[in-house]
Amino acid sequence: MPSKVFLGLDVGSVSTKVVAIDALGQVLASSYLPTQGQPIAAIQSALREIARALPPGVPVAGVATTGSGRVMASALVGADVVKNEITAHATATLRVLPSVRTIIEIGGQDSKIILLNHGVVTDFAMNTVCAAGTGSFLDRQAHRLGVPITALGELALQATSPTRIAGRCAVFAESDMIHKQQTGHSLSDIVAGLCEALVRNYLSNVAKGKTIVGPVSFQGGVAANVGILRAFESALALPVIVPEHYDVMGALGVAYLAQPIAGQTRFRGFGVVAANCQVKGEDCDGCGNRCEVVGFSINGRVQAYWGDRCGKYSHENYLSVGT
Amino acid sequence: MRVTFPHMGTMSFAMQALLENLRLQVVPPPPITNRTLMLGAKYSPECVCLPFKVNIGNFIEAIELGADTVVMGGGIGPCRFGYYAELQQEILQDLGMRVNMIVLEPPQGANGGLWSRISKLSVGQSLWHVAAASYFAWHLCKGLDGVLQSLDLLRARETVPGSCDRIWNAAQKSIGQARTYRALRRAEKEIRHEIATLSLHLHKRPLRIGLVGEIYMLLEPKVNLHLAERLGYLGVEVHRSMSVSDWVARHLVPNPRARMHTRKVHEAAKPYLRGFVGGHGLETIGESVLFAEGGIDGIIQVLPLTCMPEIVAQSLLPSISQRYGVPIITLVLDEHAGEAGLQTRLEAFVDMVGARRVHRGGGVSCAK
Repeated sequence: MPSKVFLGLDVGSVSTKVVAIDALGQVLASSYLPTQGQPIAAIQSALREIARALPPGVPVAGVATTGSGRVMASALVGADVVKNEITAHATATLRVLPSVRTIIEIGGQDSKIILLNHGVVTDFAMNTVCAAGTGSFLDRQAHRLGVPITALGELALQATSPTRIAGRCAVFAESDMIHKQQTGHSLSDIVAGLCEALVRNYLSNVAKGKTIVGPVSFQGGVAANVGILRAFESALALPVIVPEHYDVMGALGVAYLAQPIAGQTRFRGFGVVAANCQVKGEDCDGCGNRCEVVGFSINGRVQAYWGDRCGKYSHENYLSVGT
Repeated sequence: MRVTFPHMGTMSFAMQALLENLRLQVVPPPPITNRTLMLGAKYSPECVCLPFKVNIGNFIEAIELGADTVVMGGGIGPCRFGYYAELQQEILQDLGMRVNMIVLEPPQGANGGLWSRISKLSVGQSLWHVAAASYFAWHLCKGLDGVLQSLDLLRARETVPGSCDRIWNAAQKSIGQARTYRALRRAEKEIRHEIATLSLHLHKRPLRIGLVGEIYMLLEPKVNLHLAERLGYLGVEVHRSMSVSDWVARHLVPNPRARMHTRKVHEAAKPYLRGFVGGHGLETIGESVLFAEGGIDGIIQVLPLTCMPEIVAQSLLPSISQRYGVPIITLVLDEHAGEAGLQTRLEAFVDMVGARRVHRGGGVSCAK
C-alpha cells in the first residue's frame, strides 16, 4: 500500500480528468469523464471513482488543478497548486518521455503545440479562433456519420484513397464531407480525409512557423484516434509517440507538481464529493465596470470569489489560495 | 458647446484637464464597460479594429449624456486610423446624432490646418492661454504616467496584494483631477509618499517582461484586459515601451530627448525593418531589439485583430527572438472577453520565461 498519494485534476471544457500518483510518480488510479457542462458534478464523480480505486485510508499529501476550470476546481477541492495547461502537459511529458522535443496536444475544445529543449519549454502556441481541429468537431462528425467516436480511427485506416476535405474551418469541412458522401465516396475514405484535414489545419494554424523536431509526443483525448496519429506521422515524416496516459497527461503533470507539497495540504478530503456547492453571480455596482462577481460556496459557506476586475473580492483568495 | 473625447489610458485625464482649463463644458465619456463595447461593435464595420469600436461606444455614451462636439485624433500613413474620425462622424450622423467632430492631426506641411481646428476649441482665448493649458495637461499626464510606470514595476513585489491597485485608484482621483499646478504638486507628493512607503518583498528578483505593440491596446487597461496588472500578479516586472506622455513628447512637441530616443529605436530596427509601416510597427521592432539588448527575460506584443502595421511587425519578431534568444509571444485581442484563454497564455509564458532564466543560470525565478 502506498504511504501517501498526490492528486492531479484537469478540468477541461469537454472532459474532466483526475489522476492519483504515489510518491514515486507511479499512476495508481485515473478517471476520465465527460464534463457535460457541469464541472462540479464531473469533478465529484471523478473523485468518487478515484476514492473507490485507492486503498482505503491512504492519506492525500498534495492536490493540484489545471484546465480551464482550474480556479473553480481549486476552490472546490482545496488545491495546493493551480497551473496552466501548457506547463502541466510539459511537466508530465518531461517526466514520462524526457527526450521528447515537441508535444502535440489536441483536446476537446483547444489544441496546443509545445516545443521543448534541454528539459525546458522553449515555445508554445494554442489555437486561437478556430475549433475545427479539435475533439468536439470530430465528435460531432462521428455522431453525424453514425460511427462511434472510438471506432473513427480504425475506420480511417481502412481507407484505400482518402478524399480531400477542406480543413480550414469546421463549416467548410462539414459541407465538404456532405458533398463527398453524396457523390458516393466510401465512409472510410471520407473519415481518412477528415483526419488528414485536421492535421493540415493543426499544422498551419497552431504550429505555424514553428520547427517541429522529433521525438514528437501526441497526447490529449484525440490521440486515441489512430487515423489522426497516422496522418501526423505521414505529414511530419517523423515517428510520433502516444504516451501510455495520453488522455490524462494534464492531470498527471499537475499531480507531479503537487509532489513537493509533502505534508501541509489544503485538500478538503474526499468528503467534497457529497458537498453541496453553489455558484452565485451578482453584479457589483462599485464602479462602471459592473463586473459579475461570482461567489463560490460549499455547504452554504463562501470559499472564493472571482470575476471582479478590481480585485476587491478576489484579492481575498490570493491571501488564502496560493498559486 | 459640450465637448467629449475617446478614452485611451491616461490620455483621458490629460484631455479632460486641457478642455476644462480652456473653460469648455466637458462631458467625459463614461468608463469603458461591456455596454460601451456592445454599442461600439453594433455600429462599427465588422472588420475594423477594436480601438475604432471602443471609440464609437465612448462617443455614443457621451452623446447620451449631452455631448455635441467630439475631439478625436487623426493620423497619417498606412494605418487605417487616419480615416477613423471621418468614418466615425458619418456613423454618428447616420444614427441621427448631430455632432461636430474636431480632428487633431499631426501637422503635415502647413501648420495652419491644425491651428484652425484648435482655435475652434479655444474661442476668444489667447494663444498664450491655450499653450499654458496644453502645457499643464502634459504635466498632469506625465505625473500619472510616472505613477503607472512605478506601479508596473512594483506590483510584482507588493506584500499586500492589491496595494498597488489602491495607489493607482487614488492617483487617478488626486493627480487626475488636479487643475492647478499647486494641486498637482500636492497630489504628486502624496502619491510619491504612498509609493515610497509601500510594503515590498525587497529580496525578490522578479522576471522582467517588456510590452510592445499597438499603442491603444498597450495603454488602455479596459481593452487589454488589464494586461499589466495580470502580469504583476504573476510576479512580473512590466516594462511598457510607450506611455501617453512619451507619445506626446515624441510626436507633438519639439523635445530633443524624445527625438533622440526615436532615432535610437529606428536605428535598432534597421536590420529588420528600414521604413515606416504605419502605426507603431517600426517602434515594435525597434523597442523589441532594445529590450532584448537590455537583457529582458521576455517580450509580449499586443495588437487588435486585423492591425496591419503590427502584423508586419509580428512576422519579423521571430528573427529577433532567435537572434537574441528571448521568448516573444503575440497576443491578438478583440472584443471577445476570453479572459481565461488570455490568463492561460500569460501564465504559460511566465512559466516558460522563468524556467529559461533558471536554465540559463540566471538565478531562481520568483514568480508568485
